[in-house]
Amino acid sequence: MDDARSDSEAGLRTDVKNCGKTGFITCREDGLKVEVKAGMKNKIRTDMEEDMKTDMTANAKVNMEVEIAGLKLKNPVLTASGTFGFGKEYSPFLDLNRLGAVVVKGLTLNPREGNPPPRIIETPAGLLNSIGLQNPGVDYFLEYILPELAAYDTNFIVNISGNTPEEYGLLAAKLSVPGVAALEVNISCPNVKAGGMAFGTDPEMAAEVVANVKANTRLPVIAKLSPNVTDIAAVASAVEKAGADAVSLINTLLGMAIDIKKRKPALANIMGGLSGPAVKPVALRMVWQTAEAVRVPVIGMGGIVTAEDALEFIFAGARAVAIGTGNFIDPRATISVIEGLEKYCLENGIEDINQLVGAARK
Amino acid sequence: MIYLVVKTSGMVLEHVEVANGIKYLKLEAPDIARSARPGQFVQVRCAAGCSPLLRKPFSIHEIDRANGTIGLLYEIKGHGTQMLSGSRAGESMEITGPSGNGFTLPGDPGEECNALLVGGGLGIAPLLPLAAELREKGHKTTVILGFNDASRLCRTEAFAREADRLIVTTVDGSSGEKGLVTDPMSGLMKREKINVIYACGPEPMLAAVARIAEVQRVKCEVSLEAYMACGVGACLGCVCRTKSIGGKPYARVCTEGPVFDSREVIWNG
Ligand SMILES: Cc1cc2nc3c(=O)[nH]c(=O)nc-3n(C[C@H](O)[C@H](O)[C@H](O)COP(=O)(O)OP(=O)(O)OC[C@H]3O[C@@H](n4cnc5c(N)ncnc54)[C@H](O)[C@@H]3O)c2cc1C
Ligand SMILES: Cc1cc2nc3c(=O)[nH]c(=O)nc-3n(C[C@H](O)[C@H](O)[C@H](O)COP(=O)(O)O)c2cc1C
Ligand code: FES
Repeated sequence: MDDARSDSEAGLRTDVKNCGKTGFITCREDGLKVEVKAGMKNKIRTDMEEDMKTDMTANAKVNMEVEIAGLKLKNPVLTASGTFGFGKEYSPFLDLNRLGAVVVKGLTLNPREGNPPPRIIETPAGLLNSIGLQNPGVDYFLEYILPELAAYDTNFIVNISGNTPEEYGLLAAKLSVPGVAALEVNISCPNVKAGGMAFGTDPEMAAEVVANVKANTRLPVIAKLSPNVTDIAAVASAVEKAGADAVSLINTLLGMAIDIKKRKPALANIMGGLSGPAVKPVALRMVWQTAEAVRVPVIGMGGIVTAEDALEFIFAGARAVAIGTGNFIDPRATISVIEGLEKYCLENGIEDINQLVGAARK
Repeated sequence: MIYLVVKTSGMVLEHVEVANGIKYLKLEAPDIARSARPGQFVQVRCAAGCSPLLRKPFSIHEIDRANGTIGLLYEIKGHGTQMLSGSRAGESMEITGPSGNGFTLPGDPGEECNALLVGGGLGIAPLLPLAAELREKGHKTTVILGFNDASRLCRTEAFAREADRLIVTTVDGSSGEKGLVTDPMSGLMKREKINVIYACGPEPMLAAVARIAEVQRVKCEVSLEAYMACGVGACLGCVCRTKSIGGKPYARVCTEGPVFDSREVIWNG
């Protein structure tokens, strides 16, 4: 019994090192460190060991590295903003260091309370949300959250939202610090009144926001586009001209649901953003159109849960993909997508995943 | 405090209907049983594919550390629980947990405490492991379980084993005392000193329990429900309004809860 205990303790120590911390795992948003006790052998350990194994096979055979605006990513799999917190929330489930990048929750200049609950509801193969950009504000992030993220060896991309183009510039300036790998400019949030989606649905305003961000940072700038437009290519071209180093899409599609028992909208905010498998065909179509319109790299997202989903986006022209709602279905979805992509390459004699980008257009 | 949520696969050991539309599910899940505490929950993937999309949260109803099993008690409500109800012994399902903060057990060891546990409907689920742990620690427990009618009454034998005293109420009087689960509280609290109240159930019931606790100046913890997506504090979908938790108006039920000090909660209506 004693032997078994110390074995599992040793096993856990290794995990913890993989997480980037020794002896402690931070599992809570408040940063409370939790001592890992002997005898707590569990699934994390086996998953982590699996993580290491597949890593090695991958490095031996397939190049999974992609470059987005000068930023090197270990693989093309990112997390979608707002679905993965600041990353550490998911550290009990997976080794964050295996991800191409973690895109953190959208930040604003001042803390935001967000919308009243209920904020989420499931719809057929989809999820409606109206979080309303609840976040602790950029200063809190810089002081308390970013230093903790330094323990991980992955790219942290910060998603930003402002009420005015100037606010976006200010955010960009504040966030141009070591530890932030790139900025994702959210001009597409459907859940806030001022700014948000309004910027993303007008090519000129979208360009103005991006220009303001570019003028205030040397970090790579990714413009996150809204699908709630009739001509996605026009917005994509406008932000490219304004200096965006990459574009990501799609954000959520404006939608709603009604509770027939209460005869009331299901969300307190009435409308919300639709995500998940239900939006995938729309997202894929927009990625296709965008990849045709711009020369900068495209990051595709919207309903990706499996490696097969991710391949569709890559074939449509996405250099990288992000997983959002998929994390809710399976907290290890990112890892299975990475592994599935590697496997696809191995099985199809592809030495470099970059060869697959836009494959369906050729 | 140990807080270590894992993704694992739980094998169904037992799955039976214990009352009209209510099922008891026993899972082999040693990773979860080992660190689970009363008041925590798990999220169950009720079916493969996209329907339902989200993992559904259920309170941990039984913790058997020695045998590495947990029990759940759930009501068949909609599509997800309908799918779940079809799983049979020997099958496995994806679960994550233990999640959430859990109940706070009474302070100093050795100091005997008289605890009152109040559960309404499926809200009885998290109170069973709590009663077991309180008994183990040498505290005195009174459990009041409230049901709509006798057809929904379940698990009273399991509670009788763990509690010093068990009171059952039904709204229509078809079993136990007729009335609401809160009805026996005041009389009981007049007769003896209660040190702490734990409650879980529908929100109006919790608000009523909280009011009684406040009037009587007794510490009270309530377990809340909210629609959840991630279950780990990442999506901010599950928030409830609170007075001051962490200086923030909205607390996440999945991580700062589901158990809250009743004085922190802002009740709707
Ligand atoms: C912390 C916590 C503990 C819970 N413990 C229990 C328990 O021990 N026993 C029990 O029977 N029920 C429990 N519930 C409620 C349970 O999660 C819902 O009954 C279940 O999700 C219903 O799913 P469905 O698909 O069958 O129903 P649906 O028809 O989809 O929904 C019916 C109702 O269930 C709730 N619900 C649906 N999806 C979710 C979700 N993703 N997250 C939260 N609530 C949801 C909503 O109130 C909804 O109106 C708990 C909920 C929470 C938050
Ligand atoms: C709960 C939730 C919160 C989100 N928050 C943000 C956000 O803060 N900033 C942002 O740019 N996008 C946000 N999004 C959009 C996602 O990043 C993503 O663009 C969208 O969900 C589509 O991808 P998916 O189908 O994989 O989820 C959010 C989505 C969800 C579901
Ligand atoms: S369910 Fe995502 S934060 Fe609570």
